[in-house]
Amino acid sequence: MNILDTFKFILPETILLLFALGILIYSLFTKNGNFLGALALAAVVLASLCLPQARASHAGLFFNMLTDDAFSLFFKVVSLFVAGLIVLVSMGYKALSGEHAGEYYFLLLVAAIAMLLAVSSNNLLMIYIALEMLSLVSYILVGFFKKDNLSSEGALKYFLFGALSTGVMLYGISLIYGLFGTTDLTIISQTLIAGQVNILVASVLLLLILAGLCFKCGLVPFHMWVPDAYQGAPTAVTAFISVGPKAVGFAVLLRIFTKNFFPLYANWADIAMLISIFTMTIGNIIAISQTNIKRMMGYSSIAQAGYILIGVVVGTASGMQGVLYYILAYVLMNLGAFGCVVLVSNSVRSDAIEDYAGLYKKDPVSAFCLSVFLLSLAGIPPLAGFFAKFLIFAAAIESKFIFLAIVGAVNSVIAVYYYVKVIKYMYLHEPKSKDMEKTSAPLQIAVAITLVGVLVIGLFPHFFLSWIGSSQSFFSP
Amino acid sequence: MSYPILTWIVFAPLAGGLFILFVPKKSVNLIKAIATAATAIALTFSILLLLKFNYSNPAMQFVEKASWIPSINIWYHLGVDGISVGLIFLTTLLSFLACIGSFGIKTRQKEYYFLYLLLSTGMLGTFTALDLFLFYVLWEIVLVPMYFLIAIWGGPRREYAAIKFFIYTLAGSVFMLLGILALYFSSMPHTFNILELTKYSGAWTLGFQIIVFIAFYLGFAVKVPVFPFHTWLPDAHVEAPTPISVLLAGVLLKMGGYGFFRISFPILSDAAHYFALPFAFLGTINIVYGALVAMAQTDFKKMVAYSSVSHMGFVMLGLASLTVTGFNGALLEMINHGVITGGMFFLVGVLYDRAHTRDLNHFGGLGVKMPVYGGLLSVFALASLGLPGLSGFISEFLSLLGAYPVFKLITTISVLGLVITAGYFLYMLQRILLGPANEKWAGITDINKRELCTLIPLMILIIIVGVYPMSALKYQMTAISALIQKIGGFAF
Repeated sequence: MNILDTFKFILPETILLLFALGILIYSLFTKNGNFLGALALAAVVLASLCLPQARASHAGLFFNMLTDDAFSLFFKVVSLFVAGLIVLVSMGYKALSGEHAGEYYFLLLVAAIAMLLAVSSNNLLMIYIALEMLSLVSYILVGFFKKDNLSSEGALKYFLFGALSTGVMLYGISLIYGLFGTTDLTIISQTLIAGQVNILVASVLLLLILAGLCFKCGLVPFHMWVPDAYQGAPTAVTAFISVGPKAVGFAVLLRIFTKNFFPLYANWADIAMLISIFTMTIGNIIAISQTNIKRMMGYSSIAQAGYILIGVVVGTASGMQGVLYYILAYVLMNLGAFGCVVLVSNSVRSDAIEDYAGLYKKDPVSAFCLSVFLLSLAGIPPLAGFFAKFLIFAAAIESKFIFLAIVGAVNSVIAVYYYVKVIKYMYLHEPKSKDMEKTSAPLQIAVAITLVGVLVIGLFPHFFLSWIGSSQSFFSP
Repeated sequence: MSYPILTWIVFAPLAGGLFILFVPKKSVNLIKAIATAATAIALTFSILLLLKFNYSNPAMQFVEKASWIPSINIWYHLGVDGISVGLIFLTTLLSFLACIGSFGIKTRQKEYYFLYLLLSTGMLGTFTALDLFLFYVLWEIVLVPMYFLIAIWGGPRREYAAIKFFIYTLAGSVFMLLGILALYFSSMPHTFNILELTKYSGAWTLGFQIIVFIAFYLGFAVKVPVFPFHTWLPDAHVEAPTPISVLLAGVLLKMGGYGFFRISFPILSDAAHYFALPFAFLGTINIVYGALVAMAQTDFKKMVAYSSVSHMGFVMLGLASLTVTGFNGALLEMINHGVITGGMFFLVGVLYDRAHTRDLNHFGGLGVKMPVYGGLLSVFALASLGLPGLSGFISEFLSLLGAYPVFKLITTISVLGLVITAGYFLYMLQRILLGPANEKWAGITDINKRELCTLIPLMILIIIVGVYPMSALKYQMTAISALIQKIGGFAF
């Protein structure tokens, strides 16, 4: 295929880039944050409309650097959805208003480009570049409140952990290049299947890559940055880093580990299982004692990543299905929950769980929505989070990972305690102050979209399951 | 049978609940009217169900089936047979009466009635669902409204009691979820259909059945509750507001017992035989231990709560016998206990609303001040302790009769529980109604009409079933015989 022809497959990325530059330039002339936000939203919507159709024969694009299979399309849709909702949430986030809106939306759109590239990369080098691009943007976004100590601390920790783990990952990639003579995943998997390399060496190198991806997904033992970065970052950014990089991390994890390195399954499944068990348990247990809701949500998102990893460990088609469905549900419920946190912080100006006391009186709609999202995260039927957990546990039981399923089940009971604790403050305690400010429309739209999403994909998952089924068509162990 | 009667029964309350969400908070009377109407619709349909029900047919009736999630073979599948028809009636009746009993709730009525109706839908759905996935979803839906109902409108230690109830039941039921999945993947083609799964029971090894049985047992035993999983019960029952205590004791405990009847015993029948002795043993512990602890209580409500633990022991014992008589006794005991203990909790509520204390030692001589109340309390207490002629006696007698040929010693010990039960109920009557009148309660008023309305229907049921047991037994006998035949129990 002619290189120029392939450009139409990166039309969404191009649109986002043009709008990003446009916003940056236009912000020199206006301080109107909402207008810039609307521009960013338009960019995301336009990009989603231009997403290419998945082709059955996914020929390599740009010298096989990118691919356009159905799997990448699924994650492109998720990434753009995340980006769009984050723009809506940011437009309603009062603390962000002001002079730096242009830079903020520019960074968000660049992050969206990085996500789109990362999920469609078919080359280790390209994966590294896209992930690093996403990481660098995330570091800046977390430290966006320059004068806030917590924000700077979170950004620095995020950066140090990120630099270390992506360094390890790059080291692994360079050794893989030494072993295979290429970074092209397709060729690597062909070499592996042909059995031309030492399996043991290859699987050790794989672990180095796993380290980098564990950092992106916030998996134990690379989770230390999560609580500080989540707490310090502007809440809209917390919402973004809790879903965006995580979804991308899992997309890459699935692509590398279940598609291309499947011959080494036996060598990494046990380690991934240990990671999953520790991630769930540590995340849930530490979350119990948190008093700041963003920090609690940080630990909760660690635990959620642990559940998702169960599906990867299982490594079957139904495990994959569970992972994709879980990511979809997780994106909806976590973004919804953070949307409500932004709603509350706009008027309470605090993220302490105590300050949620009596929310049912001050703002019954937000209290109801947040309860739905938290119950969904806890896995209470008939919400999306329950069906996601159901699919993951089903995949584990089907493949006889009984112990993993039991650990997951016990963990979901522990998790109920801290999710319900927030609900308890909202509904059982009396409010300290009476006032509640009027909230902005974009934020309400974002919360409404996620609320409907959580209910619909929980009650009528059939349509989404068939979409996911077609997205994982490449998967054949 | 063209119209979906079961869907009406299950979702009428939920529809009312959603309707209430759009009613302004201040129009309390409208909210109450909607809630009462919604539960009344469910009750009407369930009476219709009783009338149309063909009790000589052991198969599922009024079946409704529609595809829900076809890719993993999940169906919206409802049906009713002799085992569930009585429980559905009990649930709709208690939901309706407790709704009337809820008029005394003075705060946050809109939320209260919404949650109450959601709870009602969950309970009714559990008794009608024939798809394990649907069953689990409805089973879990009960937890959330129950948590709020205890935690917002409960007594002084409500937060502790509510979260304890939530965590306990959830911990049990997640294991049930794993059990459901194990059944699903062991059937070929994979299915969640309860009726299909009963056909596989011979094909599975005993080891597999035992593991899955334990998984389900953890879910059901917490709800029943079976010793040692009963510790949430006294807290939840005591702290919950009166109407909710009624539903907790009257309906929620039956969900666990119903699970044994519908899922554990028919689907895992080899394991059921294997676990018969432990079941009987645990049943006896429940009966005797529950009765002894009830005797030691000074809190009226806590005493009734522990009497529930004791009574549910008879359900366990009857189930363990694997005889027709024992099963009939166990199922009837669930319904009778729902009616009697539901009434007892109403009566506790009546007294507490007036005296604002439940300490048995602070009462005395109230029989003079509240003659109607005294009469009703005596009837319910005597029914609960198993006086012949009232309903409690029939079911307890049948349970013991069925169990005696199988477990002689265990049944003999269980009968002792009856003696203790008689002891603490009579001691309670003595402390409240008899003795010198306590001057503190000189101004106490007798039971009012609304409270009477909630208690009279229950009392009529107690007497009808007690005098003419076949009125209740006829619905369940055919289904029970078919069930015992399927399990391979004794046709005694």
